[in-house]
Amino acid sequence: MPVIEAHGLTRRFGDFTAVDALTFSVEAGEIFGFLGANGAGKTTAIRMLTGLLRPTSGEARVVGFDVYTQAEAIKRHIGYMSQRFSLYEDLTIRENIRFYGGIYGLPRRAIRARTQALLERLALTEAADTQIRALPLGWKQKLAFSVALLHEPRLVFLDEPTGGVDPITRRQFWDLIYEAAARGVTVFVTTHYMDEAEYCDRVSIMVDGRIAALDTPHSLKQRYQVGSMDDVFLKLARPAASP
Amino acid sequence: MAGILVHDLCKSFGAVQAVDRVRFRVAPGELFGLIGPDGAGKTTLLRMLVTLLTPDGGSATVDGLDVVRDYRALRTRLGYMPGRFSLYQDLTVEENLAFFASVFGTTVEAGYDLIAPIYRQIEPFKTRRAGALSGGMKQKLALSCALIHRPRVLMLDEPTTGVDAVSRREFWDVLARLKAGGLTIVVSTPYMDEARRCDRVALMQGGRLLGVDTPAALEAAYDRPLLAVRAAARYDVLQALRQFPHARSVYAFGEALHYTDARPSVDPAEIRAYLAGRGYPDATVEPIRAGIEDVFMARMAAPPPPPTASPT
Repeated sequence: MPVIEAHGLTRRFGDFTAVDALTFSVEAGEIFGFLGANGAGKTTAIRMLTGLLRPTSGEARVVGFDVYTQAEAIKRHIGYMSQRFSLYEDLTIRENIRFYGGIYGLPRRAIRARTQALLERLALTEAADTQIRALPLGWKQKLAFSVALLHEPRLVFLDEPTGGVDPITRRQFWDLIYEAAARGVTVFVTTHYMDEAEYCDRVSIMVDGRIAALDTPHSLKQRYQVGSMDDVFLKLARPAASP
Repeated sequence: MAGILVHDLCKSFGAVQAVDRVRFRVAPGELFGLIGPDGAGKTTLLRMLVTLLTPDGGSATVDGLDVVRDYRALRTRLGYMPGRFSLYQDLTVEENLAFFASVFGTTVEAGYDLIAPIYRQIEPFKTRRAGALSGGMKQKLALSCALIHRPRVLMLDEPTTGVDAVSRREFWDVLARLKAGGLTIVVSTPYMDEARRCDRVALMQGGRLLGVDTPAALEAAYDRPLLAVRAAARYDVLQALRQFPHARSVYAFGEALHYTDARPSVDPAEIRAYLAGRGYPDATVEPIRAGIEDVFMARMAAPPPPPTASPT
């Protein structure tokens, strides 16, 4: 059963159709790249899929729950991380983990055990009582990703998770993505780095509210007869580039 | 010969050394890139060059004027586009432009021909409030406002961050046209692939420069053999390559892996044979030339290590 299944998913704001009849599915364990130019409708689509915005029409089920009637259940069963929404700067690493564990409704015993495991995996045990504001950006991002997986969701949304980080840390972050996918977590990721599009199992490219293409990076490059995802993106997104 | 001269510039905030003895020159008419991740010190450096921050040490001149002593005179010769949108959200497009012109004692008409190629694209919306513009239009308005007083030097702080690949390319086309008009331009970016749009670049991390040169010269100075490895099981092959005794570094680069050998030379056949022995006979291995991102990673000391103690 697909982890995300959307049929004709549409959202209008007044006369403007931000998302126009999206139909696609994401399978369990996939790394799914969700690309598009600024203003193509990515954010609106993600807000609907995460239960934050009610669609105008169409259908979608996310981790088995309906986006209209079970939005709260979706929020509890997915992970979410973006550059803008991350950890609390004035709480320590340990306090952030405990806080999110509480938000996700984990029992105290589970929070303790998972905090321990998480800190060890990231080699942050000694830094557990450091405030987030004192961490380098790369570590904040890695920690935020791990916290987004604290409640062991089957699906995690990553909205431009690597923006601004150095090139080595960016690749270490993708190691974490691969590890999560290997454990069976489905990863739904947006990025402006086109080399990262190549790391996805499948990629969709939104143009003017619609999915203009959806396939493996290899097939997309073959279809458009270009050498890189950067060129695929330029070919598809060019008509949508606004003045 | 004026341009920009930066000599051992330093700035710290508390215990953080944001800019650490940075020195470089920018020739008049050059398009110069400051390339590095968040926290590299790019914004602090630019703010000192546009006279908004006072250096702790060192000195800098822009267009022949000292950034501390001559800051008043310098400001009229500078255009600055900060990283955050800093125009008046509740003024219209044309009101913002007229305001910036008047601050510099000039008029929109006097500077119009310079901004026309950019401003014409948003002119149909000139009565719209700036806060109601799309991201791309805000950027064009901010650039128009930074140019309306005909500065001799333009400094832009991460104008393409968070901007999609298509719009980024178009923005660099605009900068190339401004450079062709004789403007000296300093632009910061976290995107390594934008280096090739610059005449010269400074690679920056943790407040220090990792190198300053033309992109081609930086790439040519990569001092170890670099191979592109392609295989279906990319992530497994990456792990296998990292275990090869002579591997210096292995990184994913789009659809390929970039393998750098620790020895002065390497035969691709050796790597092919090693991977075949590890169960990846389909892997292709070919020598390639290093790009700026390869250079940057090789010169990075290391990404910041995990913090160990809790600061007070």
